[in-house]
Amino acid sequence: MNKRNEEVLLQGNEACAMGALAAGMRFFAGYPITPSTEIAEFLSAELPKINGNFIQMEDEISSMGAIIGASLAGTKSMTATSGPGFSLMQENIGFASMAEVPCVVVNVMRGGPSTGMPTRPSQGDVMQSRWGTHGDHPVIALCPKSVLECYTLTVRAFNLAEKYRTPVILLIDGIVGHMWENIEIPQAFEVTDRAKPTVPPEWYHPYENLPGGEITPLAPFGQGYRYHVTGMVHDRSGFPTLVHDEVEQCLKSITNKIKNNLHDIIDIEEYLLKDADVCVVAYGSVARSAREAVNMAREEGIKAGMLRPITLWPFPRFHLEDIAHRMKTFVVPEMNFGQVYGEVLKSSPKKAVRVTRVDGELVTPDQIFSKIQEVSS
Amino acid sequence: MMRTPEAIYKYLRPDKKFPHVWCPGCGIGIVMGALVRAIENTELTKDEIVLVSGIGCSGRISTYLDFNTLHTTHGRALTFATGIKLANPELTVITVMGDGDATAIGGNHLIHACRRNIDINAIIINNNIYGMTGGQYSPTTPMESKASTAQYGSIEKPFDICKLVEACGATFVARGTTFHAKMLDAMMLRALNHKGFSVVEAMAQCPVQYGRRNKLGTPMDMMQWFKDNSVSSPAFDKIPPDELDEQFPVGVLVNKEEKEYIDRYRDIVKKAGGDVP
Ligand SMILES: Cc1ncc(C[n+]2csc(CCOP(=O)(O)OP(=O)(O)O)c2C)c(N)n1
Ligand code: SF4
Ligand SMILES: [Mg+2]
Repeated sequence: MNKRNEEVLLQGNEACAMGALAAGMRFFAGYPITPSTEIAEFLSAELPKINGNFIQMEDEISSMGAIIGASLAGTKSMTATSGPGFSLMQENIGFASMAEVPCVVVNVMRGGPSTGMPTRPSQGDVMQSRWGTHGDHPVIALCPKSVLECYTLTVRAFNLAEKYRTPVILLIDGIVGHMWENIEIPQAFEVTDRAKPTVPPEWYHPYENLPGGEITPLAPFGQGYRYHVTGMVHDRSGFPTLVHDEVEQCLKSITNKIKNNLHDIIDIEEYLLKDADVCVVAYGSVARSAREAVNMAREEGIKAGMLRPITLWPFPRFHLEDIAHRMKTFVVPEMNFGQVYGEVLKSSPKKAVRVTRVDGELVTPDQIFSKIQEVSS
Repeated sequence: MMRTPEAIYKYLRPDKKFPHVWCPGCGIGIVMGALVRAIENTELTKDEIVLVSGIGCSGRISTYLDFNTLHTTHGRALTFATGIKLANPELTVITVMGDGDATAIGGNHLIHACRRNIDINAIIINNNIYGMTGGQYSPTTPMESKASTAQYGSIEKPFDICKLVEACGATFVARGTTFHAKMLDAMMLRALNHKGFSVVEAMAQCPVQYGRRNKLGTPMDMMQWFKDNSVSSPAFDKIPPDELDEQFPVGVLVNKEEKEYIDRYRDIVKKAGGDVP
């Protein structure tokens, strides 16, 4: 991201849609739901201009099915939704994990459960994005804090999806999705395209574990590599199997490809952490309040800092463990009853406290600051 | 025209996939044979065909045939198929679904695929039961028939799949049975050549989970029943209502030309100023 460019006023959702186009997304299927709808609306106008596909499906189950299908045909694909729709997508998200089909699912989080508060933001779907679909499965989830990051993290979501052949979830909280900011549209960045098989069809096994942990490229349907894709536990050629070794191999390899690449996948932001003894762990819009709260604490002479998971899943557990010995307390503010707080507790034996807010309003810097004061007095 | 054995060998996946999961006497294999023979009579190569199936005994067809194959989630075959077809309209996309798959859990997707008239070929294998899960009643189980979850007989009015999809806008609709295997080939061939959303309902016997429970005899008896009760569609329309008992029409029931979805989408691309390939 070098060359300077004009600033433009953009909404988070719009920036996400633009990022997707920049990443090469050419297929969008979705079903309207607040607060994500602007993404679909924007793409319904833009995709036809570049001969991409936009389709409004009959529900979120079908939207998820359609993007998996499009991806198998070789096209980068995406859907966008919010809580209720995200719930409906879960079965097919699991299919994409199991069958190792790259795609991006955007969840602009609103207050839940159920219909909840359609027009109020939340961060209530952190755990659902990890464990929403049944069975042990891998997941990557990214969480932007700004309009600019809605753009850049959408690009990254596609890159990770392609690189690791997996669905990637973008968890945007309703505040960030609906926020307007001036941003300079990034001009130069890396785009990972679908890798092509390097072997002839006779040798191709779509689920083969290659030496060195390399992931077998996914051949698009129709290009001579005829193979089978299923949500059932499968062998290296994709056919259902119940042979013990093959079952274990299948389930381990989908998980290990993420587990063995944490350094590449996990991204965090550190703020004033070097000398800190109170660490605020915050993500999404709440990280903005947290940063302000840290500044307020510093003015009072409290050594506060912030760690922001940009990658929420896999959770940056080792980063927390690394600094835990230096910290008196972790303060975890979030717009839910403490979903990431639970992860922080797991990562660190140290005391962690939460600042929760579920009334549909954002967590304010004051709220976080008073908690910092409380724990450091 | 290639005879069955040769065509079958050309299209079956030879290694590791057999023996198949179907019970002796099951009708699904006959439908699979018809599909293969229909494909053999087109110019299509195996690489150009994507076979998408749902979950159920019928859904297992995708495992055995040597195309680009996709075994999806229960009821959702048409949604995956829609993504594939839109992303690469050059591909011929065929979906195979069971009656429960297509009209219960996947009913919403079926009616919307019909409405869109997208160029996908849907084959619905109707055995009037949930075969795979052990014989529970489906939306096509006849009234009073027994099922493992309808121990006293079904009290739900069954769907007429062909009427349903016709009403929803499918532009090619045909019904055949496993007794009329040759006719099934011919229908599937016409469906493949049709541009727009096509549905072929293949009535098939499930002797194990449906026939046995309802004392319908051997698989041959069940096929004989198809023969005795099927009436070609023009003749069916002439049967006076008071003489109608269990008969049902077979043949091509709807065949009309209407602008197809992807063609309509291309108009949108033009309007938006994009390049139509
Ligand atoms: C979401 C979901 N619900 C339920 C099932 C269990 N299930 C598997 S196949 C099936 C019914 C199959 O019946 P049908 O579609 O008629 O196919 P058949 O086996 O008769 O060919 C059901 C209920 C499932 N796999 N997924
Ligand atoms: S249960 Fe019925 S439909 Fe399934 S394989 Fe057996 S006979 Fe065929
Ligand atoms: Mg059935």
